[in-house]
Parts: sequence; C-alpha cells; structure tokens
Amino acid sequence: VIVDLQRFIANERPFWNELEKLLDRLEAEPNARMSLEQLQLFHQLYERTAAGLAKITTFSSEPEIRHYLENLVARAYGEIHETREKQRRFFPLEWFFQTLPQTFRRHVRAFYLSLAVTIAGCAFGGLAIAFDPDAKPVLMPFSHLLQDPAKRVAEEEKATHDRLQGVKTTFSAELMTHNTKVAIFTLALGMTWGFGTILMLFYNGVILGAVAVDYIRAGETKFLLGWLMPHGVIEIPAILIAGQAGLMLALAIIGRGRRRSLRTRLREISQDIVTLIFGVACLLVWAGFVEAFLSQYHEPIIPYAAKIAFGCVELVLLSLYLARSGTRKKLETGGPAE
Amino acid sequence: MKTSTLFIRTPEGIVFSQLLAGPVTRFGAWFIDQLCIQVLLTLLGTALSLLEIVSLEFALAFYVIGWFFIGIGYGILFEWSWRGQTIGKKLFRLRVVDVEGMRLQFNQIVVRNLLRFVDQLPAFYFVGGVACWLNSKCQRLGDLAANTIVIRSPRVSEPDLDQLLAGKFNSLRQFPHLVARLRQNISPMEADIALQALLRRDEFDPVSRVELFGDLAAHFNAKIEFPPEATDGVADEQYLRNVVDVLYRTRPENRLEKTAVA
Repeated sequence: VIVDLQRFIANERPFWNELEKLLDRLEAEPNARMSLEQLQLFHQLYERTAAGLAKITTFSSEPEIRHYLENLVARAYGEIHETREKQRRFFPLEWFFQTLPQTFRRHVRAFYLSLAVTIAGCAFGGLAIAFDPDAKPVLMPFSHLLQDPAKRVAEEEKATHDRLQGVKTTFSAELMTHNTKVAIFTLALGMTWGFGTILMLFYNGVILGAVAVDYIRAGETKFLLGWLMPHGVIEIPAILIAGQAGLMLALAIIGRGRRRSLRTRLREISQDIVTLIFGVACLLVWAGFVEAFLSQYHEPIIPYAAKIAFGCVELVLLSLYLARSGTRKKLETGGPAE
Repeated sequence: MKTSTLFIRTPEGIVFSQLLAGPVTRFGAWFIDQLCIQVLLTLLGTALSLLEIVSLEFALAFYVIGWFFIGIGYGILFEWSWRGQTIGKKLFRLRVVDVEGMRLQFNQIVVRNLLRFVDQLPAFYFVGGVACWLNSKCQRLGDLAANTIVIRSPRVSEPDLDQLLAGKFNSLRQFPHLVARLRQNISPMEADIALQALLRRDEFDPVSRVELFGDLAAHFNAKIEFPPEATDGVADEQYLRNVVDVLYRTRPENRLEKTAVA
C-alpha cells in the first residue's frame, strides 16, 4: 500500500527511467544481445515497474503516471515473454536458396491441393470448349483470345513490324505488377476459409484449359507451346504457390484436427506465408520479363523449337530448385527430415 | 463482448490496458495515408518526367513499378520503421501492436498489409469495416490473420483545475493523513465522477445541481470522515471541489513529461 504517493513516485522514478532506457536500446538494436547481468537487471526492473503499476492502479488520480507505467510494462512484457525466434538479419541468397524452397517443401501438400484445383479447372475449361465451342466468349476474359487460333497464328507469323516496339519495358512492368496483384489476391482470399483461393485457382485453370484446347483443336499445338511455355512454366507455378499460401491460411483458420488455438495456428504459418509470397513475386518478375521480351515473338523471328526448349529448361530448373535446393544444408545441420 | 479496451494480464498478475481504435478513427488514418500515397505518386511522376527526356518507355515502366511499390509498400515500410505507425496513424495517435502484447514482427506487418486486398472489397474497406465492427477487438481480416490490433494512445489531458479551484482555501489539506487515506480509498471512477460533475456544473438546473452535489458529498464523506472543523460551514459543492483538489492536484515536480511510447 502506498502511504505517501509523492515519495513513492520520487523513489521509483529512477528505476522507471532505467527500464525505459533499456527498452529504447533494445528496440533500436533488435540484434543486440544482453549479458546475463543485464538480463537480470532488465527482469528486476520489469518486475519492480509492474509492481508499481499494480500499486498505482488503486489510486484515484495520477492518470498520467498510470498511463506511463502501463506503456512501460507493455513494452517490457513484449520483450520478456516473447518466445518466437528473434528476427535475424536478412541474407538474400540464403533466403532464396534455402529458406524459400524449404518452406515450399514443408507445405507441399497445400501446393498439391492448389495444383489439383487448377487441373480440375483446366479439365472443365478444356471440356467446355471441346463440347461447346460457342462457350468461348463466356470462358475467355481477353478479347485477343476470342480470335480464331489459326487466323491469329497466320497473322503473327506474317507480321513484319514489332508491335511491342517502344513499349516492351512498360508491358513487362505491367505484367509483373498485375500478376503479383493476382497472386496476392489469391493468397488473401484464403481468409474466406479457402473458398476464394479455390475459386481463383479453378478460374485460372478454366481459362488455361479453354485456351489450350482451343489451339489444339485448331492444330496449333506447336504455336501454343512456343507462346505459353517460356513464361507460363514460371508464371503458372507462381500462381500455384500463391494458392498454396492461401490454402495454408485457410487450413490454419479451419484448424481441423488441431488442438491449438486459432491465434497459435496463424502465428505458426505467418512467417511461411510471407516467405512464399515474396518468392512468388520473384518468380513473377522473371516471368514478366520473359513474356514481354520472348513469348510474344514467334516464327520466323524465333523458332518454336527454341522457345519450347527454353521453357523446358526453365521448368526443369524450377523443379530442381523447389525439390532440391537447401536440402544439403538441412542434413548437415541435423535439421528435421523433410 | 465488444469493448473499447483490451486488458492484458501478465503471468505476474499485472493487468495493463490498451485502448482499441474504432473503425471511424481507423478510416480517418487510412484516408490521410491515401493522401500521402497520392503525394508520393505525384512526386514520383514529377521525378520520372525528367527520365522521359531520355526514354519515355523506361519512364513509364518505372512509373508502373513505382505505383505498385508505393501502393503496397507504403504501409509495410512505415509500420516497420515507425514501430506500427504510418503518417495517418501517427496523426490519429494509432499504433499497430501484437494482440498478445508481444513484439510486433515483420511478417505480421506484411500479412496485415497484404490482406488489405480482401479487406478493401468491394470498395472503401467494406469487408474490413464490417469485420472490424463485428470483432470484439475491432480487427479487420488482415489483423485477424496477422494477430495484430490497432490501439490508440490519446493524449492524457489534465482538466483545468486552476480555473476550477482557483483562490479557494482547502480546509481538507489541514489533515494530510486523512487526505492520504482519501486518495487511497477512492477509485479512479469515483474521482472522475466528482471531477465531471464539477466541470459540467453549469449544465444542471439549480435543483438537480444541489441534489447531485449533496449526494456526492455524502458519498465521499461516508468513505473518509473529516473532522467538523474541516467541513462545517462548507457547502456541498465546495466540499466536492476540495475533494477533487486533493485527489488531482500533484506537485509539478512529479509530472512525467515523457511518455513511454513516443
């Protein structure tokens, strides 16, 4: 019980000031490590300030001091009771070659689900076009896809001037930003218990399947592969990974078969979701470049075989990267088997 | 239950409170942030107009990428470097914090900002606003996913006690031990009621005013009884002024000018 409030404040203030200084230092240098003595002092100061707050809370006035102490205790509480791994300095290469592929593999089941939904969409879109070609205007979102494939191929191959002359870089930037937005949206829709993410993936699959079957039926398979593969083998997996992140979010919200609280489940996947979506952005930057600078050029400028071969190489490298990158490091450090 | 305050109990049994920001204040902060984004985009456009001289294609490409980065990165960058605040939030004295009072992490900031894509659907943050309105901690979907809340730290303004209590002799101060006991026994809510009654005294009609101050004086007198020489001849309203005076007046040297979180 505080008998003399004025004296109590005068006595305690040096301890509050010291705690405040320590907290300022901790927050300014997140990577700084405290010695055992410093930690003991920090804990002692926190407990003393918390006890002071408990005493002053019973007082009718002193709102300023109460507010000040609440802030101090809140900040110190966050530092002392934090059990999550302290954020380390960011190393881009380590992140790209280890963290990202390891995170992908850790949640690979969500990726398979994302892939399955897209394949189902592809099948639906393909069958719809195969059985009802008149459904094309409903299924294709872009006007240039409504054109007869054979006619389009003939026009592209006869083109004498570069229609992207002077706008290639802008076109590339637009593709990157647009696709990244679609990917973020696919992830964010995971908050709808995954319904939104599944719809986005299915719809993307429908368009892809419809376009593919439309060109195959017209006998333009080589053109289709040459046109889509250079950028598609990166862009489509990127959207699938965004779907994977969205489904991870959805699974954490649903939490079926897991006894942990919603808050804990979301905390567990938060870092992984961020890793995946930054990885998706990297992939989409590459895909944007390739789509603007390579995919839009056809025979006779670039042979289809070369474009298809380029796509195949990209696909193999991406598969190897996602499946193998960062595995050796994990084994060496004795990390859990994947 | 929906409440405007979040109480966090530490394992040591200490409770501290965080005032939750409501949807309207948050919308105000968001509006300011949108204006800031527009200003940044205008500045970017002006800077890139110089690049147009060299290459219009590159200038346009940079503008597209800059527009994207500013739109998405504004919240992430400011909330990370200003520990949970953007320009709008700073103006409205709001701050993003962890829902359990833990240290705010970078991935939490990224998740809450990326999920704006859903919160802003179909327009003007309708989904986020509804979620915020329905949620007991006023969290939009992004906050739910990131385990964050937005708190407000209003400036604790002191009432103008000098104007209220000026020039009056306070007979209660002759009994410091009873004053100390009074400060000990009166809850913050009771003290606030007395203060508000005095501040709004001119809004009451004369009969109600006499009745109200009579009831309040009786209540405080029942808590700590002062000797007759301190209360005799003192009107109820003056008695209450004296009570507020001893409860709220602190010596200037005890003021803590600095707040814990800048």
